[in-house]
Amino acid sequence: MMINNNRKLMRRSLTVLIIIAFASIIILLDTKTIGDNYVRRILNLGAIYAIVSVSMNLVNGFTGLFSLGQAGFMAIGAFTVAVFTVPVELREAIFYIVPQNPLVANIELPFFVALILGGLLAALVSILIGMPVLRLKSDYLAIATLGFSEIIRIIFTNMKTITNGALGINRIPGIPTMWITFGVAIVSIIFIVLLINSSYGRAFKAIREDDIAAEAMGINLFKHKVISFAIGAFFAGIGGGLLASLLGTVDPKQFYFTMTYNFLLIIVLGGMGSVSGTIIGSFVVTAGLEYLRIFDEPLTVLGVNIPIFRAGFRMVIFSFLLMILVLFFRQGIMGQKELSWDMIEGWFKRRKGLPKKGKVDKGGTI
Amino acid sequence: MSVLKIDNVKMQFGGVIAVNNLNIDVEKGKIVALIGPNGAGKTTAFNVITGVYNPTSGSVFLNDKKITSLSPDKITKLGIARTFQNIRLFKNLTVMDNILIANHLNVKSNFLSSALRMPWYIKEENHMRKKSEMLLDKLGLLGIKDEIASSLPYGEQRKLEIARALATDAKLLLLDEPAAGMNPHETMELTEFIRNIRDEFDLTVFMIEHHMNLVMEISDKIYVLDFGQLIAEGTADDIKNNPRVIEAYLGVEEDA
Repeated sequence: MMINNNRKLMRRSLTVLIIIAFASIIILLDTKTIGDNYVRRILNLGAIYAIVSVSMNLVNGFTGLFSLGQAGFMAIGAFTVAVFTVPVELREAIFYIVPQNPLVANIELPFFVALILGGLLAALVSILIGMPVLRLKSDYLAIATLGFSEIIRIIFTNMKTITNGALGINRIPGIPTMWITFGVAIVSIIFIVLLINSSYGRAFKAIREDDIAAEAMGINLFKHKVISFAIGAFFAGIGGGLLASLLGTVDPKQFYFTMTYNFLLIIVLGGMGSVSGTIIGSFVVTAGLEYLRIFDEPLTVLGVNIPIFRAGFRMVIFSFLLMILVLFFRQGIMGQKELSWDMIEGWFKRRKGLPKKGKVDKGGTI
Repeated sequence: MSVLKIDNVKMQFGGVIAVNNLNIDVEKGKIVALIGPNGAGKTTAFNVITGVYNPTSGSVFLNDKKITSLSPDKITKLGIARTFQNIRLFKNLTVMDNILIANHLNVKSNFLSSALRMPWYIKEENHMRKKSEMLLDKLGLLGIKDEIASSLPYGEQRKLEIARALATDAKLLLLDEPAAGMNPHETMELTEFIRNIRDEFDLTVFMIEHHMNLVMEISDKIYVLDFGQLIAEGTADDIKNNPRVIEAYLGVEEDA
């Protein structure tokens, strides 16, 4: 009993320590005491990717809906933030080919209002799309949502008076502190985790496990699929809005369906149905995508130019990694499990356990 | 009083008539069995009752209320719960989660107040947990509540599936071959189990079964289906001595 209590206390203090350490690192980074802008950019991006990936995991990993519309929902959030937060006096200069529609030209919203509005719009659109599309299953759903995501992008390319078309919108007010991205990420992920562990979350998992049995247990499949899909879209919209503000510029080309594949890679790498795995995956993939840029630079070895090192090679490497992952590590880093002290202790025990066994054997011979 | 009434139901898939002129009456508190050779249309009849199929013609009544063409989840909410021929548990979830999921249909809080852990949701959640533990305790499954469903032995998976159906608070239980794949000993245990839960939870049971020992032992009334048509109905003794039944079904069974 005592040992158990001690262990609990130790775990709890360790958890608090880790949180404090994490917060201090962010504070130090944020006050520019350590790190440079490049590191800060990558971490901000990682936090945003974590929001979008966890929300995508809610739909794909927990509810079992194979949806690939994430980029489309992000575009909605991103353009909402872009359209409503750019200062009114700058707009004439940005919309220099086609003037902005007078309906929105004079509306300027505070960042957080625009951010939430972007999320809500994404959720609204997801409900409209979900009504016909969520009756489909697996691959068909994936194709339909992928198609929708492209439709959104094309609509945004053509709504010149609102989105400035292919030129995109720049001079979006930036994010003053890392706490905005990390704060929103923490709140969003806590919300999703609480939802997953509620009765609704269990219903989502039931649908993933066996939709026929779930329906026979009185779960309204359509209603629950729409709820999950809309919450996923809401947070994708939030992630898109943060991205717009972080980059300071949006244009429809950023939201190609290839963007969705990044998130798909993250949740497959982290583990379908694991939030902690997804968060780890987000930072690994974001950092990986950046640091793999060396493959995009021309490389000369001993005066010979290696021909495959050129722009885009990074993505080849990435796709290759994805293939290896799917072939050999289908469970990803975490599978359906969550990171916990029990698990970490398990790793250590396994590591310590092997050499110990050898020692015991030696002892036996003496 | 009849709990379930199937009135002249016909189910046609293209050119195939799976069930025709089906009339069944299940009285409250009774254990009623539906038997028949493979492909006779028994599971189709179950699927019509539970709303998986919309019958081509005819109606199904639950407590004199028409439930034809309602969706399966609505029918479960009205008080019919079922098990499946091939066990359909939520395999990667724990025993407790399987039971809690069956409680979800009674949750009044919306998803937002659930995620934000509003006091009224916490009350509901606590109530659900207590109720589920009591149910597991009554059925002797409390000791395995944290096991993953797919890791349980076969007999316990069957039991858990029945427990899950009970957790919906249904008063009419539809069991689709509950003893499939069980040895004689397990079948005997199951017979007791079904009888006990009928008494304890004040249930009506309607089941499809192939094990004649079980059916003859437990049923208050038996319906026999062959090629989609009812060929006999009555008590175990009536059915045993019915020449048409022996011809269609029991004769073969006894040889085997």
